[in-house]
Amino acid sequence: MTASIIQNIFNALQWGSFYSLIALGYTLVYGVLLLINFAHGDIFMVGAYISFFVATFLLGGYAFGPPFGLPGWMVLGLTIPLTMILTSVVGVTLERVAYRPLRRKGANRLYVVITALMCGIILENGNLAILGASRKSYPELVDKVVYTFGSITVTNLKIGVILSSILVFAILQFIITKTKIGMAMRAISYDKFAVPLMGIPIDTIIVFTFVLGSSLAGFAGILFALSYPVLDPFMGALIGWKAFIAAVVGGIGDIRGAFLGGFLLGFVEIGVVAFFPSTYRDLIAFTILLIILCIKPTGLFGVAKTTKV
Amino acid sequence: MKKNSVPILLTALLALLTGLAYFEIIDLYIQSVIMFIGINIILASSLNIVNGYMGEFSCGHAAFMAVGAYTASIINVALFTNDKVFGPAVLSSELALYCFPFVLIISGLVAAVAGLMIAIPSFKTRGDYLAIITIAANFIVTSTIINISSIGGARGFMGMKKIVFAMEDVVDLPWMLVWVCLSTFTCIWIIRRFVSSTYGKGIIAINNDEIAAEMMGVNTNRMKLVAFMLSSGLAGVAGALFAHILGYINPGSFGILKSTECLVMVYLGGMGSLSGSVIAAIVFTLLIEGLRFIIPAIDSGLHMIAVLPDSYHLSQVWKWVIIPLVLVLLMQFKPEGIMGNRELSDIFPRLKKFYKFK
Repeated sequence: MTASIIQNIFNALQWGSFYSLIALGYTLVYGVLLLINFAHGDIFMVGAYISFFVATFLLGGYAFGPPFGLPGWMVLGLTIPLTMILTSVVGVTLERVAYRPLRRKGANRLYVVITALMCGIILENGNLAILGASRKSYPELVDKVVYTFGSITVTNLKIGVILSSILVFAILQFIITKTKIGMAMRAISYDKFAVPLMGIPIDTIIVFTFVLGSSLAGFAGILFALSYPVLDPFMGALIGWKAFIAAVVGGIGDIRGAFLGGFLLGFVEIGVVAFFPSTYRDLIAFTILLIILCIKPTGLFGVAKTTKV
Repeated sequence: MKKNSVPILLTALLALLTGLAYFEIIDLYIQSVIMFIGINIILASSLNIVNGYMGEFSCGHAAFMAVGAYTASIINVALFTNDKVFGPAVLSSELALYCFPFVLIISGLVAAVAGLMIAIPSFKTRGDYLAIITIAANFIVTSTIINISSIGGARGFMGMKKIVFAMEDVVDLPWMLVWVCLSTFTCIWIIRRFVSSTYGKGIIAINNDEIAAEMMGVNTNRMKLVAFMLSSGLAGVAGALFAHILGYINPGSFGILKSTECLVMVYLGGMGSLSGSVIAAIVFTLLIEGLRFIIPAIDSGLHMIAVLPDSYHLSQVWKWVIIPLVLVLLMQFKPEGIMGNRELSDIFPRLKKFYKFK
């Protein structure tokens, strides 16, 4: 009994890590721009695909690749930074091409949201149209090691996923609270009009935010692809929506909230699957989240804004 | 004349379409395109109440469509046909024709009750938090349907074609076309009456400033309740029609993608513009159906000038790349949608001479 509980806790932590990493991207962009970047789930998918191509390239899977096959750990070490850079290029491109012109024109915020939604659909279906419907199977980069404690089995991957997501969160927390650029990000979310007056380049900060968010999504893509090595173009859609819900339940705009919200969603989902048939997972998980939002409408960490009259 | 021009025009349109379909001048495909245009008009204009006039961001409109679709299908199949799950027919299948409007109304009412799921949280919650509640509501509705195996679960539900055939046995007319047209006209009329009435202007007041509206004596909670229930009820009617046109529904067709389509039509037309929603629904449906023919043409064209390799063919998937791309470009050049928040008579003031539509 306790063994299965601990086993489930590990599963929940693993799924929670995926959700948190994506939710962090949502919450970063939202905090700075008040924009729900609905394309973020699909940037996660793009990240997974980029890491697939990078890893296959480095393993010598293509004719124009390096002539020697690198060992798996070195491939992984190179894939992670390359994927994060390339994914953030995608995210920043979206910002430059689609969101920034609209922002400059002073369009209604909801039109930017719709544009983001459209960009997500373009990414999904463009991928499907170009690469075809066949699913890609991800190469195995790290040898699976199974640790057994009594009746509990944990793979090294699962531990790696959980630890690295916590590490990433710690780095992000450091950037946001301790560095100058993080201070500028917080300042923008506090007062968007006073910030340019203080000589802070607002566009640079926004681009930096998209770089952070997208590279986190790319990192989540690698971790997800390593754990569930089958890629398909619509893998990001549902996870993205769920991560967004997690970010809102945590209190959108606050990175601690997004992180904890992701883990909360992971625990709720795994908990539901442990007791009910797995088709009830979405139903019960979303109902619980809805109830949380009804009781605490601004999320767990969100601060209710007082409206001045 | 000025007062009656719109009803006369619409009656003529209805008679024309029915006649063309009856004498088979327009084939079944064109008929179904016309019916989908009608359904999309209902969906877009009903979502416009919440997203346009009230300024909230509801992105789970397909959920109410699903509720309406399943309610109408279950009522009709259970009452008028011999079904494995619901047993033999309760009423004679000839009555299906006369009961159909009532079934539509009932499914609208049930969907309106489902709309309470969003309306009640909306008292306290606003903006993005409400958006998330609507998304969650959409997931909840579809996964509830998946988990009820007696109505087919994820496999879907069928048997509505029998109802349509039964209606055509009684009086030989293209009944679905008639019902879709009548419901579309009624829906637009209801919305127009509602938002231009003194009572309905409270919704626009909420959009402009909720606190000020409350101070001026608008019962904001009740207005929100009415707006959400009206919007979801009309979506339910659209869903009921949708189910009977296709004859088969499954929870997958009422997912987030369908909600996204509704959102796109509202913002394409312009927030708070009824004629914008109608135009956007027509343009959007024609774009989707038109690309069905344009894409193979582009494909063969590109192969002729040898841009594409022989092994690769442009498939219909490109439709869902092109449509969002068109919309993104449109947003860049006309960020307020086709009509902004104006109506047709605001853009062409001379039209006011010819019709009055309240």
